[in-house]
Amino acid sequence: MVDRHRVELVVNGETETREVEPRRLLVDFLREDLGLLGAHIGCEHGVCGTCTVLMNGETIRSCITFAVQADGQEITTVEGLASNGKFHPVQEAFWEKQGLQCGYCTPAMMLRTVEILRENPSPTREQVREGIASQLCRCTGYQYIIDAVLEAARTMSAGTQTDGKVPVTQGAGPSSAEAAAQTPGAGPALEEEAEDASRQKES
Amino acid sequence: MGGGAMKPAPFAYHVPSALTEALAVLDELGEEGRILAGGQSLVPLMNFRLAQPTHLVDINRLDELDYIRRDDGVLAIGARARQSALERSQEARGAAPLLVEAVAQVAHPPVRHRGTVCGSVAHADPAAELPAALLALDAEVVASSRQGERRVPIHEFISGPFTTTLVPGELVREVRVPLSGAGSGYAFAEFSPRHGDFAVSGAAVLLELEGGQVERASVALCGVAGMPVRAAGAEQSLRGARGSEEELEAAAAAAVEGLTPSADLHGGSDYRRRIARVCVRRALNLAFSRARGGA
Repeated sequence: MVDRHRVELVVNGETETREVEPRRLLVDFLREDLGLLGAHIGCEHGVCGTCTVLMNGETIRSCITFAVQADGQEITTVEGLASNGKFHPVQEAFWEKQGLQCGYCTPAMMLRTVEILRENPSPTREQVREGIASQLCRCTGYQYIIDAVLEAARTMSAGTQTDGKVPVTQGAGPSSAEAAAQTPGAGPALEEEAEDASRQKES
Repeated sequence: MGGGAMKPAPFAYHVPSALTEALAVLDELGEEGRILAGGQSLVPLMNFRLAQPTHLVDINRLDELDYIRRDDGVLAIGARARQSALERSQEARGAAPLLVEAVAQVAHPPVRHRGTVCGSVAHADPAAELPAALLALDAEVVASSRQGERRVPIHEFISGPFTTTLVPGELVREVRVPLSGAGSGYAFAEFSPRHGDFAVSGAAVLLELEGGQVERASVALCGVAGMPVRAAGAEQSLRGARGSEEELEAAAAAAVEGLTPSADLHGGSDYRRRIARVCVRRALNLAFSRARGGA
Protein backbone atom coordinates (compact mmCIF):
# COMPACT_ATOMS: atom_id res chain seq x y z
CA MET A 1 0.00 0.00 0.00
CA VAL A 2 2.74 2.39 0.96
CA ASP A 3 4.50 3.75 -2.07
CA ARG A 4 8.11 2.60 -2.00
CA HIS A 5 10.95 3.61 -4.27
CA ARG A 6 14.15 1.78 -4.93
CA VAL A 7 17.26 3.89 -4.41
CA GLU A 8 20.78 3.00 -5.35
CA LEU A 9 23.50 5.33 -4.23
CA VAL A 10 27.17 5.35 -3.32
CA VAL A 11 27.79 6.10 0.32
CA ASN A 12 31.38 6.51 1.45
CA GLY A 13 32.56 4.61 -1.59
CA GLU A 14 30.18 1.68 -1.24
CA THR A 15 27.06 1.07 -3.29
CA GLU A 16 23.91 0.74 -1.24
CA THR A 17 20.49 -0.29 -2.48
CA ARG A 18 17.32 0.05 -0.44
CA GLU A 19 13.61 0.54 -0.85
CA VAL A 20 12.31 3.64 0.87
CA GLU A 21 9.18 5.62 1.34
CA PRO A 22 9.45 8.89 -0.60
CA ARG A 23 9.03 10.90 2.60
CA ARG A 24 12.09 9.27 4.18
CA LEU A 25 14.55 12.08 4.87
CA LEU A 26 18.12 11.46 3.79
CA VAL A 27 19.40 11.93 7.33
CA ASP A 28 16.99 9.30 8.67
CA PHE A 29 17.97 7.00 5.81
CA LEU A 30 21.66 7.38 6.62
CA ARG A 31 21.18 6.88 10.33
CA GLU A 32 18.46 4.27 10.50
CA ASP A 33 18.75 2.33 7.28
CA LEU A 34 22.53 2.46 6.90
CA GLY A 35 23.55 2.86 10.55
CA LEU A 36 25.73 5.88 9.80
CA LEU A 37 25.21 7.86 12.96
CA GLY A 38 27.75 10.57 12.15
CA ALA A 39 25.03 12.53 10.38
CA HIS A 40 23.35 14.20 13.32
CA ILE A 41 19.86 15.56 13.69
CA GLY A 42 19.39 19.00 15.16
CA CYS A 43 16.72 21.43 14.07
CA GLU A 44 15.28 19.29 11.27
CA HIS A 45 14.51 22.28 9.12
CA GLY A 46 17.81 23.13 7.53
CA VAL A 47 19.06 25.83 9.85
CA CYS A 48 21.54 24.35 12.34
CA GLY A 49 23.67 22.42 9.87
CA THR A 50 24.43 19.41 12.04
CA CYS A 51 22.98 17.03 9.42
CA THR A 52 25.31 18.36 6.71
CA VAL A 53 26.80 15.70 4.42
CA LEU A 54 28.49 15.86 1.02
CA MET A 55 26.44 15.02 -2.06
CA ASN A 56 28.68 14.69 -5.09
CA GLY A 57 31.27 16.62 -3.10
CA GLU A 58 29.01 19.53 -2.14
CA THR A 59 27.62 20.17 1.32
CA ILE A 60 23.88 19.72 1.62
CA ARG A 61 21.38 19.57 4.50
CA SER A 62 20.36 15.92 4.75
CA CYS A 63 17.35 16.79 6.95
CA ILE A 64 15.64 18.69 4.13
CA THR A 65 16.59 16.31 1.33
CA PHE A 66 14.63 13.13 0.66
CA ALA A 67 16.47 9.84 0.38
CA VAL A 68 14.83 9.26 -3.02
CA GLN A 69 16.59 12.39 -4.24
CA ALA A 70 19.95 10.80 -3.47
CA ASP A 71 19.25 8.01 -5.94
CA GLY A 72 22.25 7.71 -8.24
CA GLN A 73 24.28 10.23 -6.24
CA GLU A 74 27.42 9.96 -4.14
CA ILE A 75 27.18 10.73 -0.46
CA THR A 76 30.05 11.23 1.94
CA THR A 77 29.46 11.26 5.67
CA VAL A 78 32.05 11.78 8.38
CA GLU A 79 32.54 8.01 8.45
CA GLY A 80 34.02 8.31 4.95
CA LEU A 81 36.68 10.86 5.80
CA ALA A 82 39.29 8.60 7.35
CA SER A 83 41.01 6.20 5.00
CA ASN A 84 43.01 3.07 5.75
CA GLY A 85 42.76 3.72 9.43
CA LYS A 86 44.25 7.20 9.04
CA PHE A 87 42.55 10.43 9.89
CA HIS A 88 41.80 12.91 7.16
CA PRO A 89 43.99 16.01 7.71
CA VAL A 90 40.86 17.92 8.72
CA GLN A 91 40.14 15.34 11.43
CA GLU A 92 43.76 15.50 12.51
CA ALA A 93 43.56 19.28 12.82
CA PHE A 94 40.32 19.20 14.84
CA TRP A 95 42.00 16.70 17.14
CA GLU A 96 45.20 18.72 17.49
CA LYS A 97 43.50 22.07 18.01
CA GLN A 98 40.68 20.75 20.18
CA GLY A 99 38.17 22.10 17.68
CA LEU A 100 35.21 20.70 19.57
CA GLN A 101 33.61 20.29 22.93
CA CYS A 102 30.55 18.05 22.99
CA GLY A 103 31.16 16.86 19.43
CA TYR A 104 27.61 17.18 18.22
CA CYS A 105 28.28 19.68 15.43
CA THR A 106 31.71 18.26 14.67
CA PRO A 107 31.07 15.71 11.88
CA ALA A 108 29.20 18.31 9.84
CA MET A 109 31.70 21.01 10.75
CA MET A 110 34.52 18.86 9.37
CA LEU A 111 32.66 18.05 6.16
CA ARG A 112 32.02 21.75 5.63
CA THR A 113 35.71 22.37 6.34
CA VAL A 114 36.67 19.91 3.61
CA GLU A 115 34.56 21.94 1.19
CA ILE A 116 35.82 25.32 2.40
CA LEU A 117 39.44 24.25 1.93
CA ARG A 118 38.77 22.72 -1.46
CA GLU A 119 37.39 26.04 -2.69
CA ASN A 120 39.99 28.14 -0.92
CA PRO A 121 43.07 26.24 0.29
CA SER A 122 44.45 29.15 2.29
CA PRO A 123 41.59 31.15 3.75
CA THR A 124 41.98 34.08 6.12
CA ARG A 125 40.55 33.83 9.62
CA GLU A 126 37.68 36.05 8.51
CA GLN A 127 36.94 33.83 5.52
CA VAL A 128 36.86 30.79 7.79
CA ARG A 129 34.43 32.57 10.11
CA GLU A 130 32.14 33.31 7.21
CA GLY A 131 32.59 29.83 5.76
CA ILE A 132 31.58 27.97 8.91
CA ALA A 133 28.65 30.32 9.57
CA SER A 134 26.46 27.64 8.02
CA GLN A 135 27.16 25.37 10.99
CA LEU A 136 25.93 26.13 14.49
CA CYS A 137 28.03 25.19 17.50
CA ARG A 138 26.53 25.76 20.93
CA CYS A 139 29.66 25.00 22.99
CA THR A 140 32.89 26.38 21.73
CA GLY A 141 32.37 29.99 20.77
CA TYR A 142 33.99 28.87 17.50
CA GLN A 143 37.53 30.11 18.21
CA TYR A 144 39.14 26.67 18.45
CA ILE A 145 37.14 25.48 15.48
CA ILE A 146 38.55 28.34 13.42
CA ASP A 147 42.02 27.44 14.71
CA ALA A 148 41.42 23.87 13.58
CA VAL A 149 40.30 24.88 10.09
CA LEU A 150 43.36 27.12 9.70
CA GLU A 151 45.58 24.32 10.96
CA ALA A 152 44.04 21.94 8.42
CA ALA A 153 44.66 24.51 5.69
CA ARG A 154 48.29 24.75 6.78
CA THR A 155 48.95 21.01 6.92
CA MET A 156 47.06 20.28 3.71
CA SER A 157 48.84 22.92 1.69
CA ALA A 158 52.16 21.80 3.16
CA GLY A 159 51.28 18.37 1.79
CA THR A 160 52.00 16.66 5.04
CA GLN A 161 49.67 13.84 4.27
CA THR A 162 52.11 11.12 3.29
CA ASP A 163 50.00 9.33 0.75
CA GLY A 164 49.25 12.65 -0.89
CA LYS A 165 45.66 11.67 -1.29
CA VAL A 166 42.84 13.64 0.19
CA PRO A 167 39.47 12.01 -0.11
CA VAL A 168 37.03 14.75 -0.76
CA THR A 169 34.36 14.02 -3.28
CA GLN A 170 34.15 10.35 -2.59
CA GLY A 171 34.61 8.65 0.67
CA ALA A 172 37.50 6.31 0.13
CA GLY A 173 37.63 4.79 3.54
CA PRO A 174 35.76 2.09 5.29
CA SER A 175 32.15 3.06 5.73
CA SER A 176 31.50 1.66 9.10
CA ALA A 177 31.22 2.28 12.75
CA GLU A 178 34.92 1.58 12.90
CA ALA A 179 35.74 4.78 11.06
CA ALA A 180 33.24 6.71 13.12
CA ALA A 181 34.85 5.52 16.29
CA GLN A 182 38.15 6.92 15.05
CA THR A 183 36.66 10.26 14.26
CA PRO A 184 38.21 13.01 16.32
CA GLY A 185 34.89 14.75 16.14
CA ALA A 186 33.70 12.01 18.34
CA GLY A 187 33.44 13.15 21.85
CA PRO A 188 31.87 10.58 24.09
CA ALA A 189 28.57 11.18 22.33
CA LEU A 190 29.78 10.01 18.94
CA GLU A 191 31.73 7.06 20.29
CA GLU A 192 28.63 5.78 21.96
CA GLU A 193 26.77 6.22 18.74
CA ALA A 194 29.41 4.34 16.85
CA GLU A 195 28.94 1.38 19.15
CA ASP A 196 25.24 1.74 18.73
CA ALA A 197 25.65 1.64 15.01
CA SER A 198 26.36 -2.05 15.16
CA ARG A 199 22.99 -2.50 16.76
CA GLN A 200 21.39 -0.28 14.11
CA LYS A 201 19.78 1.73 16.80
CA GLU A 202 20.60 4.90 18.57
CA SER A 203 20.62 5.29 22.29
CA MET B 1 14.45 -1.71 7.19
CA GLY B 2 15.17 0.91 9.75
CA GLY B 3 12.90 2.52 12.25
CA GLY B 4 9.85 4.56 11.61
CA ALA B 5 11.05 8.15 11.84
CA MET B 6 9.02 10.14 9.34
CA LYS B 7 8.71 13.87 9.73
CA PRO B 8 6.64 14.76 6.66
CA ALA B 9 3.18 13.43 5.86
CA PRO B 10 3.04 10.76 3.15
CA PHE B 11 2.98 11.77 -0.49
CA ALA B 12 3.26 10.16 -3.89
CA TYR B 13 6.56 10.88 -5.60
CA HIS B 14 7.00 11.56 -9.29
CA VAL B 15 10.39 12.00 -10.84
CA PRO B 16 10.12 12.88 -14.53
CA SER B 17 13.26 12.89 -16.63
CA ALA B 18 12.12 15.33 -19.31
CA LEU B 19 10.23 18.62 -19.31
CA THR B 20 7.41 17.31 -21.51
CA GLU B 21 6.94 14.42 -19.11
CA ALA B 22 6.94 16.78 -16.12
CA LEU B 23 4.31 19.01 -17.70
CA ALA B 24 2.15 16.00 -18.52
CA VAL B 25 2.33 14.81 -14.90
CA LEU B 26 1.54 18.31 -13.60
CA ASP B 27 -1.35 18.57 -16.01
CA GLU B 28 -2.77 15.29 -14.81
CA LEU B 29 -2.36 16.13 -11.14
CA GLY B 30 -3.83 19.63 -11.37
CA GLU B 31 -4.37 21.12 -7.90
CA GLU B 32 -2.79 18.08 -6.27
CA GLY B 33 0.63 18.50 -7.84
CA ARG B 34 3.40 20.36 -6.07
CA ILE B 35 6.82 20.94 -7.58
CA LEU B 36 9.94 19.94 -5.69
CA ALA B 37 13.00 21.82 -6.92
CA GLY B 38 15.71 22.62 -4.35
CA GLY B 39 13.31 21.89 -1.54
CA GLN B 40 15.05 24.30 0.82
CA SER B 41 11.79 26.06 1.70
CA LEU B 42 9.24 23.37 0.89
CA VAL B 43 10.80 20.49 2.83
CA PRO B 44 11.13 22.45 6.11
CA LEU B 45 7.43 23.29 5.74
CA MET B 46 6.72 19.61 5.14
CA ASN B 47 8.80 18.62 8.17
CA PHE B 48 6.62 20.88 10.28
CA ARG B 49 3.60 19.51 8.41
CA LEU B 50 2.64 23.06 7.56
CA ALA B 51 2.65 21.80 3.99
CA GLN B 52 1.22 18.37 3.22
CA PRO B 53 1.26 17.96 -0.54
CA THR B 54 -0.22 14.70 -1.73
CA HIS B 55 1.88 14.56 -4.89
CA LEU B 56 5.41 15.85 -5.32
CA VAL B 57 6.85 16.29 -8.77
CA ASP B 58 10.63 16.31 -8.43
CA ILE B 59 12.24 18.34 -11.22
CA ASN B 60 15.82 17.65 -10.16
CA ARG B 61 16.32 15.19 -13.03
CA LEU B 62 15.46 17.78 -15.67
CA ASP B 63 19.01 18.43 -16.80
CA GLU B 64 17.66 20.39 -19.76
CA LEU B 65 16.60 23.13 -17.32
CA ASP B 66 20.03 23.45 -15.71
CA TYR B 67 21.37 26.53 -17.46
CA ILE B 68 22.36 30.16 -16.96
CA ARG B 69 23.02 31.71 -20.34
CA ARG B 70 22.60 34.75 -22.53
CA ASP B 71 19.63 34.36 -24.80
CA ASP B 72 18.25 36.98 -27.13
CA GLY B 73 19.50 39.97 -25.15
CA VAL B 74 18.63 38.67 -21.68
CA LEU B 75 20.16 36.41 -19.06
CA ALA B 76 18.05 33.24 -18.99
CA ILE B 77 18.07 31.11 -15.86
CA GLY B 78 16.49 27.66 -16.04
CA ALA B 79 14.37 26.01 -13.36
CA ARG B 80 17.08 23.56 -12.33
CA ALA B 81 19.86 26.18 -12.03
CA ARG B 82 21.07 26.20 -8.44
CA GLN B 83 21.64 29.38 -6.51
CA SER B 84 25.30 28.43 -6.08
CA ALA B 85 25.60 28.09 -9.87
CA LEU B 86 24.35 31.66 -10.23
CA GLU B 87 26.84 32.77 -7.62
CA ARG B 88 29.70 31.21 -9.59
CA SER B 89 28.47 32.12 -13.07
CA GLN B 90 30.83 34.44 -14.93
CA GLU B 91 28.09 34.97 -17.48
CA ALA B 92 25.73 36.23 -14.78
CA ARG B 93 28.42 38.37 -13.17
CA GLY B 94 28.77 40.28 -16.41
CA ALA B 95 25.10 40.34 -17.36
CA ALA B 96 23.36 40.94 -14.04
CA PRO B 97 25.87 41.60 -11.25
CA LEU B 98 23.07 42.82 -8.94
CA LEU B 99 21.55 39.35 -8.98
CA VAL B 100 24.89 37.72 -8.19
CA GLU B 101 25.42 40.09 -5.26
CA ALA B 102 21.92 39.25 -3.98
CA VAL B 103 22.28 35.49 -4.27
CA ALA B 104 25.48 35.50 -2.21
CA GLN B 105 23.36 36.78 0.68
CA VAL B 106 20.79 33.98 0.48
CA ALA B 107 21.19 31.64 3.46
CA HIS B 108 24.47 29.65 3.40
CA PRO B 109 26.38 27.61 0.81
CA PRO B 110 24.89 24.21 1.79
CA VAL B 111 21.43 25.70 1.16
CA ARG B 112 22.46 27.47 -2.06
CA HIS B 113 23.88 24.20 -3.41
CA ARG B 114 20.33 22.87 -3.57
CA GLY B 115 18.11 25.94 -3.71
CA THR B 116 17.15 27.18 -7.16
CA VAL B 117 16.60 30.69 -8.50
CA CYS B 118 13.24 29.85 -10.08
CA GLY B 119 12.16 28.05 -6.90
CA SER B 120 12.76 31.20 -4.88
CA VAL B 121 10.56 33.13 -7.31
CA ALA B 122 7.80 30.51 -7.17
CA HIS B 123 7.94 30.42 -3.37
CA ALA B 124 7.59 34.22 -3.21
CA ASP B 125 8.77 34.69 0.36
CA PRO B 126 8.37 38.43 1.07
CA ALA B 127 11.68 38.46 2.96
CA ALA B 128 13.67 36.71 0.21
CA GLU B 129 16.51 38.42 -1.63
CA LEU B 130 16.14 37.03 -5.15
CA PRO B 131 12.56 38.15 -5.86
CA ALA B 132 13.48 41.69 -4.75
CA ALA B 133 16.61 41.77 -6.93
CA LEU B 134 14.66 40.38 -9.88
CA LEU B 135 11.98 43.01 -9.31
CA ALA B 136 14.60 45.78 -9.46
CA LEU B 137 15.91 44.21 -12.66
CA ASP B 138 12.46 44.05 -14.33
CA ALA B 139 12.80 40.33 -14.84
CA GLU B 140 10.24 38.21 -16.59
CA VAL B 141 8.95 34.82 -15.47
CA VAL B 142 8.31 32.09 -18.02
CA ALA B 143 5.50 29.79 -16.87
CA SER B 144 5.15 26.58 -18.85
CA SER B 145 2.32 24.12 -18.93
CA ARG B 146 1.14 21.39 -21.24
CA GLN B 147 -1.04 23.99 -22.94
CA GLY B 148 1.85 26.28 -23.72
CA GLU B 149 3.89 29.04 -22.25
CA ARG B 150 3.35 32.56 -20.99
CA ARG B 151 5.73 35.30 -19.99
CA VAL B 152 4.81 37.41 -17.00
CA PRO B 153 6.66 40.44 -15.61
CA ILE B 154 7.75 39.56 -12.09
CA HIS B 155 5.74 42.40 -10.56
CA GLU B 156 2.62 40.74 -11.92
CA PHE B 157 3.79 37.24 -11.16
CA ILE B 158 4.19 37.72 -7.41
CA SER B 159 0.80 38.69 -6.02
CA GLY B 160 1.14 38.42 -2.25
CA PRO B 161 2.93 36.70 0.60
CA PHE B 162 3.97 33.26 -0.68
CA THR B 163 1.46 33.76 -3.48
CA THR B 164 1.91 33.96 -7.23
CA THR B 165 -0.26 33.90 -10.31
CA LEU B 166 1.07 30.47 -11.26
CA VAL B 167 -1.88 28.16 -11.92
CA PRO B 168 -2.14 24.40 -11.39
CA GLY B 169 -0.30 22.53 -14.10
CA GLU B 170 2.25 25.28 -14.56
CA LEU B 171 5.94 25.28 -13.81
CA VAL B 172 8.31 28.26 -13.57
CA ARG B 173 10.53 27.07 -16.38
CA GLU B 174 12.81 30.09 -16.59
CA VAL B 175 13.41 33.62 -15.41
CA ARG B 176 14.65 36.17 -17.92
CA VAL B 177 16.74 39.08 -16.71
CA PRO B 178 17.45 42.14 -18.86
CA LEU B 179 21.18 42.74 -19.22
CA SER B 180 22.60 45.52 -17.06
CA GLY B 181 24.43 48.19 -19.04
CA ALA B 182 28.20 48.27 -18.74
CA GLY B 183 28.19 51.67 -17.04
CA SER B 184 25.37 50.97 -14.61
CA GLY B 185 25.77 50.95 -10.86
CA TYR B 186 24.22 48.26 -8.74
CA ALA B 187 24.13 47.05 -5.15
CA PHE B 188 22.22 44.72 -2.88
CA ALA B 189 22.42 45.65 0.79
CA GLU B 190 20.65 43.90 3.62
CA PHE B 191 20.74 43.73 7.35
CA SER B 192 20.22 40.60 9.41
CA PRO B 193 21.09 39.95 13.05
CA ARG B 194 23.19 36.96 12.04
CA HIS B 195 25.00 36.32 8.79
CA GLY B 196 22.93 34.07 6.54
CA ASP B 197 19.63 34.60 8.32
CA PHE B 198 16.65 36.07 6.62
CA ALA B 199 17.20 39.79 6.51
CA VAL B 200 15.15 42.22 8.56
CA SER B 201 15.14 44.15 5.34
CA GLY B 202 17.13 44.47 2.16
CA ALA B 203 17.43 46.85 -0.78
CA ALA B 204 18.27 46.19 -4.41
CA VAL B 205 19.44 49.19 -6.43
CA LEU B 206 20.24 49.62 -10.09
CA LEU B 207 21.35 52.99 -11.49
CA GLU B 208 22.06 54.19 -14.97
CA LEU B 209 24.03 57.41 -15.15
CA GLU B 210 24.31 59.79 -18.07
CA GLY B 211 26.95 62.49 -17.77
CA GLY B 212 27.21 61.89 -14.03
CA GLN B 213 23.46 62.19 -13.49
CA VAL B 214 20.92 59.48 -12.84
CA GLU B 215 19.04 58.70 -16.02
CA ARG B 216 17.15 55.75 -14.61
CA ALA B 217 16.93 54.31 -11.11
CA SER B 218 15.46 51.06 -9.89
CA VAL B 219 14.97 50.47 -6.18
CA ALA B 220 13.29 47.38 -4.71
CA LEU B 221 12.90 46.29 -1.10
CA CYS B 222 12.35 42.98 0.65
CA GLY B 223 11.11 42.34 4.16
CA VAL B 224 8.95 45.44 4.42
CA ALA B 225 5.63 44.26 3.00
CA GLY B 226 3.72 41.14 1.98
CA MET B 227 5.78 40.96 -1.17
CA PRO B 228 8.86 42.61 -2.58
CA VAL B 229 8.08 46.21 -3.53
CA ARG B 230 9.47 48.81 -5.91
CA ALA B 231 10.14 52.17 -4.28
CA ALA B 232 8.64 54.44 -6.92
CA GLY B 233 9.07 57.54 -4.76
CA ALA B 234 12.78 56.96 -4.41
CA GLU B 235 13.18 56.22 -8.10
CA GLN B 236 11.52 59.51 -8.97
CA SER B 237 13.52 61.52 -6.49
CA LEU B 238 16.75 60.09 -7.88
CA ARG B 239 16.16 61.26 -11.42
CA GLY B 240 18.90 63.71 -12.30
CA ALA B 241 20.70 63.13 -9.02
CA ARG B 242 24.49 63.31 -8.92
CA GLY B 243 24.89 61.32 -5.75
CA SER B 244 25.23 63.98 -3.07
CA GLU B 245 24.63 63.12 0.59
CA GLU B 246 21.37 65.07 0.58
CA GLU B 247 20.08 63.38 -2.54
CA LEU B 248 20.80 59.90 -1.22
CA GLU B 249 19.23 60.72 2.14
CA ALA B 250 16.12 62.09 0.46
CA ALA B 251 15.81 59.04 -1.79
CA ALA B 252 16.21 56.66 1.15
CA ALA B 253 13.50 58.52 3.07
CA ALA B 254 11.21 58.46 0.04
CA ALA B 255 11.80 54.72 -0.38
CA VAL B 256 10.20 53.86 2.95
CA GLU B 257 7.50 56.49 2.97
CA GLY B 258 4.08 54.97 3.45
CA LEU B 259 5.45 51.51 4.26
CA THR B 260 4.07 49.75 7.32
CA PRO B 261 6.14 46.61 7.73
CA SER B 262 4.66 44.07 10.12
CA ALA B 263 6.36 43.66 13.47
CA ASP B 264 7.96 40.39 14.54
CA LEU B 265 10.37 39.19 17.19
CA HIS B 266 13.25 40.95 15.44
CA GLY B 267 11.65 44.33 15.84
CA GLY B 268 8.65 46.58 15.45
CA SER B 269 7.33 48.24 12.35
CA ASP B 270 9.28 51.48 12.88
CA TYR B 271 12.48 49.54 13.38
CA ARG B 272 12.05 47.64 10.14
CA ARG B 273 11.29 50.82 8.25
CA ARG B 274 14.37 52.42 9.73
CA ILE B 275 16.51 49.45 8.76
CA ALA B 276 15.07 49.48 5.24
CA ARG B 277 15.98 53.14 4.93
CA VAL B 278 19.55 52.44 6.00
CA CYS B 279 19.78 49.56 3.51
CA VAL B 280 18.60 51.81 0.66
CA ARG B 281 21.12 54.43 1.70
CA ARG B 282 23.98 51.94 1.75
CA ALA B 283 22.96 50.35 -1.54
CA LEU B 284 22.70 53.76 -3.24
CA ASN B 285 26.11 54.75 -1.97
CA LEU B 286 27.70 51.62 -3.35
CA ALA B 287 25.77 51.76 -6.61
CA PHE B 288 26.87 55.33 -7.23
CA SER B 289 30.51 54.57 -6.59
CA ARG B 290 30.32 51.56 -8.87
CA ALA B 291 28.62 53.55 -11.62
CA ARG B 292 31.32 56.20 -11.39
CA GLY B 293 34.11 53.66 -11.24
CA GLY B 294 32.64 51.95 -14.26
CA ALA B 295 32.76 48.69 -12.33
